[in-house]
Amino acid sequence: MKTFPTGGVHPPENKLTSNCPIQVLPIPQSVAIPVSQHIGSPANIIVNKGDSVKTGQVIAESKGFVSACIHSSVSGKVNKIDTVIDSTGYRQTAVFIDVEGDEWVDTIDRTDEIVTEIKLSSEEIIKRCLQSGIVGMGGATFPSHVKLTVPAGKKCEVLIINGVECEPYLTSDHRLMLERGEEVLIGASILMKALNVNKAMIGIENNKRDAIGHMTKLATAFKGITVHPLKVKYPQGAEKQLIKALINREVPSGRLPLDINTVVHNVGTAFAVYEAVQKNKPLFERVVTITGKTVSKPGNYFVRTGTPVSKLIEAAGGMPEDTGKIVSGGPMMGKALSSADVPVVKGTSGIILFPRSESERTESKPCIRCAKCVSACALNLEPYLLMTLSEKGLFERAEKERITDCMECGSCSFTCPAGRPLLDYIRLGKSTVIRMAREKVVKK
Amino acid sequence: MSNLLNVSPSPHAHGKETTRKLMTGVIIALVPALLASLFYFGYGAIIVTVTSVASCLLFEYLIQRFIIKKPITITDGSALVTGLLLAFNVPSNLPVFIVVIGAFVSIAVAKMTFGGLGNNPFNPALVGRVFMLISFPVQMTSWPVPGGFSTGYTDAVTGATPLALVKEGLKNGETMQQLMAQIPTPSQMFLGNMGGSLGEVAAVALLIGFVYLLVRKIITWHIPVSIIGSMVVFTAILWLINPEKNADPMFHVLAGGVLLGAIFMATDYVTSPMNPKAMIIYGCSIGILTVVIRVWGAYPEGVSFAILIMNAFVPLMNAYIKPKRFGEVIKNG
Repeated sequence: MKTFPTGGVHPPENKLTSNCPIQVLPIPQSVAIPVSQHIGSPANIIVNKGDSVKTGQVIAESKGFVSACIHSSVSGKVNKIDTVIDSTGYRQTAVFIDVEGDEWVDTIDRTDEIVTEIKLSSEEIIKRCLQSGIVGMGGATFPSHVKLTVPAGKKCEVLIINGVECEPYLTSDHRLMLERGEEVLIGASILMKALNVNKAMIGIENNKRDAIGHMTKLATAFKGITVHPLKVKYPQGAEKQLIKALINREVPSGRLPLDINTVVHNVGTAFAVYEAVQKNKPLFERVVTITGKTVSKPGNYFVRTGTPVSKLIEAAGGMPEDTGKIVSGGPMMGKALSSADVPVVKGTSGIILFPRSESERTESKPCIRCAKCVSACALNLEPYLLMTLSEKGLFERAEKERITDCMECGSCSFTCPAGRPLLDYIRLGKSTVIRMAREKVVKK
Repeated sequence: MSNLLNVSPSPHAHGKETTRKLMTGVIIALVPALLASLFYFGYGAIIVTVTSVASCLLFEYLIQRFIIKKPITITDGSALVTGLLLAFNVPSNLPVFIVVIGAFVSIAVAKMTFGGLGNNPFNPALVGRVFMLISFPVQMTSWPVPGGFSTGYTDAVTGATPLALVKEGLKNGETMQQLMAQIPTPSQMFLGNMGGSLGEVAAVALLIGFVYLLVRKIITWHIPVSIIGSMVVFTAILWLINPEKNADPMFHVLAGGVLLGAIFMATDYVTSPMNPKAMIIYGCSIGILTVVIRVWGAYPEGVSFAILIMNAFVPLMNAYIKPKRFGEVIKNG
C-alpha cells in the first residue's frame, strides 16, 4: 500500500465519530458571517444594516483574483456590520444577521435529486465556483477558481482528490464520502472537466475501509476516476505528501502542484462544487465534526456558516466541566479558540474539546539531539536546527536551511521527547524570513 | 479563572515519548549485558557497576546543587546511563577509587563543564574510560578470567584479552594459525566466555539489547550497522590479502568492544550526527579507524578512540552533510 516515503508520525487516531451519521444543526437565532473566510483579500460587503437577505444571497463580493464571494447562510435582517473574533484570535469584519425563517434564493435547487449530467462548460464551471464562493474545504480555504484556472503554458494531467483526512479526531470528509459519495464523484468529474483532464485519483487512508469500499464501488460508474487506499501516516493529507504518495512526484520547493502537472482538491470541495454547479447552491454550509474524549454526544453536523461554535457544542451535549481547550480543526494543525463565540466558517472541519489535562504542554527540557524531529519531518528539514537558528535570530542561515518550506504540520513538536516547542520557533523564523524577503523586494 | 481556555499554537497533541522514557529504554537494553557480566565476573561486576552509577549520579547532583544552582535533573536517567556504560567499559577488577575518578571525569569534565545534558561534544563514558586507560594503564589492562562468583574482585586471576593476545603474538612473529589455538572459539566469544571489559564480552546479550533498541525505536540501524559493516569489509580485505598476519572478520567483530561501542556508545544521541546520511559516514569512519588502530596502532583495541575521534567531527558533519530535502529546487525549471 502506498504512502509518502520520508518522515511522518502516527498520532493516536481518536476517530470517535466515524459511525455518527451527519445530522443537520438547527439554524441559530443569529449568525455572524466573517468577510474573510478564505486566503486572499477579504470580500467587499454589499449589504447594509436593516437589509433583508435570503439564504444563499451574496452579501459580500470577491475583491481581486485571489478572493471569494460570501453568501448569507440564513434568511433575515442585517442587524449590524461589526467585528467578530475569528478562529485566528484576531478581530475581523462580519455581517451580523438576525434569523427570520429560512427562505432560500429561488434559483437554488433544493430537491434531493442527484443531477449527473454536467451541462456547464469548463469556463462556466470556473465562473460558477467563483460566484458560489467555493474555497478549499480541507482547512486551507484557498479559493477554488484560482486552482482551476490553469495558466498558459501549464498543463494538468491528473486531478487528485484528497480523502485522506489524516488529522486525528476529524471525520467530516469520511462521513461525506460514505453518505454523499455519488455527489463527491460527480463533483470530481466537474473538476476534471474544468481542468480538462481525463484522470482523477482519490486517495483515502486505510483507517476508513468502509469509505474506500464504498467509493471504489461507486467510482466504477465514473470514467477516469480511481480510488487508492493509502497507508495511515500523518501528514499524508498535506498536498505535497499526497502527490508524492499517489504519483511519486515532488513539488519543487516554493512551487505549486501545477508545476508538476497536477492539482489537488479535497473531497469536501468536490462536494461543494457539485452543489454549486449542479444545484446552483453557493457555499454557506459545511460538515463539521464536533468531538472530544469528554464530549457526551460527539457527532457530525451540517452547519450554516456564521453559526457560533457554542451552538455546535450545545448539540453535542454541552461543554464538559473540565474543558481546557477548544480547537478548531485537527489537533495537529488546528487553532485553539479564545472563546466558544467564534463563528463556524467555510474552513471549519471540526471542533475538538480537550479536557484540561490534555490542554497543557509539558515542560520544555534540553535537546538531547536524538534526531527524532529530523526523521519525523516529511520535508526532510532539520527542525532542531531551524528552531535554534530562529531562537538565536540567525534568520539568513535559517533561510538557507529552507525554513520557508516548512508547512507547519507539527510532527517535530509532536515527536520531541524533550517537549521542545520546535514549531513555535520555526513559525517565528519562517514569518521573519518571509517578511525580510518582502522588504528586500520593496527596496529594489 | 478556571473557565479560561488554553490558547496555545498547534500541535495540540504530543507523542508519548519523553527523555526519561528513552533513557529507561537504554537501561533496559543494557540489562542482558549486565546479567551476562554478573554471570562471568561475579562480585567484581557488581562492585564496579554500583560504584560507577552511584558516583556518576552523585557528581551530577553535587555540581547541579552547589555550582550551577539550577534544578536537579539526575532523575532524567542520563547520568545513570553514563554510569552503566562507564562500568561496562572497564575490567571487573578495577579498584573502587579508579572507578570514582573515571566517573568524575565523565560527569564533571566531559558532561557538566559543557553545560550538561545535550551539550557535551564527546561521549562522557568514553572520555572517562580513556582518561583511566591513560592514567592507570596497568589496572585498566589486567583482565579477570571469567569464572562467575569465584572470580573474586581485585584478587581475580587475570589474563589477556583475545585482541591483546593476537597483537602480542603477531609482534613476536607468530602466525594466525598458531594464535587461533590460544584464543577462544567464535562460539565462546559469542557467548562472552573471554577476558575483557565487564559489559563488552557477551555478544549475544548486546545483540538482544540492540534488537530491543530498534524495536522500541530508540535508535536507528544506521550507526551500528555501518560500523560493523565497514569493519567486516575492511578486515575481510586484509584477511584475504594475508591470512597469516591478519585475523578474520568474525574475530574482529566478536572480540573487544566493537558491539558495545557500535550499539551503545557510538549511538549516544548527543555526540552522534543528526541525519541518516551523516550517521552512515560517521559509522563507517568509526569502523575503519577501529581497524586501523587495532592493526597498525599501539593499542590492541581502538573502538573508544575511534568513537571519540569521530565525535570531534560530528559538528562539522551536521553542518555540511545535509539530508536530501523534499522537492529539491530544479535548476532552470
